[in-house]
Amino acid sequence: MNIQERTFGSVLVVSPSGRIDHATSDEFRKQLESLVEKAAKAGNPIVIDLAGVEYISSAGLRCFMLAAKLVKSLDGTIVIAALQPVVKEIFEISRFTLVFELFPTVRDAIAKLAPPALAQFDGA
Amino acid sequence: MAPEAANRLLVRFWGTRGSIPVSLTSADIRRKLEKALLAAIERQIRTPAQINDFLDRELEFSVSHTYGGHSPCVEIDTESGEFLVCDLGSGARAFGNSVLSRSRGAPPTVNVFMSHVHWDHIMGFPFFAPAYVPGTRIVIHGCHDVLEQAFRLQQSPPCFPVEFSRLAADIRFVRLEPGRTYEIAGFYVTPKRQRHTGDSYGYRFERAGKVVVYSSDSEHRPEDNAETASFVEFFRDADLVIFDAMYSLADAVTVKEDWGHSSNVVGVELCQLAGARHLCLFHHEPAFDDEAIESVLKETIRLEQLTRRSRPLQVSAAFDGLEIEV
Repeated sequence: MNIQERTFGSVLVVSPSGRIDHATSDEFRKQLESLVEKAAKAGNPIVIDLAGVEYISSAGLRCFMLAAKLVKSLDGTIVIAALQPVVKEIFEISRFTLVFELFPTVRDAIAKLAPPALAQFDGA
Repeated sequence: MAPEAANRLLVRFWGTRGSIPVSLTSADIRRKLEKALLAAIERQIRTPAQINDFLDRELEFSVSHTYGGHSPCVEIDTESGEFLVCDLGSGARAFGNSVLSRSRGAPPTVNVFMSHVHWDHIMGFPFFAPAYVPGTRIVIHGCHDVLEQAFRLQQSPPCFPVEFSRLAADIRFVRLEPGRTYEIAGFYVTPKRQRHTGDSYGYRFERAGKVVVYSSDSEHRPEDNAETASFVEFFRDADLVIFDAMYSLADAVTVKEDWGHSSNVVGVELCQLAGARHLCLFHHEPAFDDEAIESVLKETIRLEQLTRRSRPLQVSAAFDGLEIEV
């Protein structure tokens, strides 16, 4: 499980790749929580970019729920963007679409969360 | 009959709803009729044969039928002269009448396997007619030390007019140990402890290479790899897994965490990992109408297609009156 982190203005974009399943979810959860806690404490909004994720299991979905709880406890904002079609359907069937605000692209998410950061994103 | 003697298993669902029995209302029936008639007008149906074909092949199940509303009661037909049933929810009333009609006058033996003693799983017993028939033998198996106490309590004054001690049948309680395999009524039966308030127990029934797992009222923690592995082993190569899919996954891991139930998503995952052949969604949410249950079924079938591993997993949704042959 590989996780890339990028910052555009105030926005932290976290981009995992591969499969988030029972085998990888524990490590993923630890890395994700560490990243989002730091960002939320600094008052920075977070975008989870799922363009590189091909499959997510219940254990993986739970990682996002825990990250959201953590961010909410710090009065932060976390959204999810760029889901592949299969992962998007899994979100819909599991009703995680009711837990998270989803965006078609990372750019759309940044435009909603922090418009001034778009210039840096577009220039990257 | 020895466990190897027969190789056909028939599972009958007498009650499939979770927590509390529910019933269709007059308004529900009227809505179904309106939908059915509108669809029929478009088809210009005129003959009884066309009507039956239309009902069987064209109308959605949620329009032409109902999933029913009795609380859990699932029979496995032993074909041995004895009866075997999991839980005695409100579906046990109709099951009891069927036991008497199929016994043809001979006093029946009924083997019961209790997941737990919450009310929705025992409430049918005071209306279970064989309990009032002298000569009937009822053996209630379970893993809880309060098994007998719960059955006696619900028939104690002022809750019910007939006390347990006045029942005419020969009723025995047999305590089982989880993880041990027993030979009962022609089956090898293995109970497993499950996560539920006060504990619940699933049962794996095996006979002549056929495996049916009854796993109701069981919460699963996706993050607990040891627990997941133990359920994968419990479901291993099962022909049929009857699975508590009461909530969506999002509800099960957030607002309804610790409520003791699971989801369709976890059901698909566990069955796929275990190489099971058929997942039957069970213990339906009482707040769901027929359309909602049908929608969950369609989504679960789609999820199975999206995440399929080597071989397909059949997915169905239990309804009162369903029979599955394995």
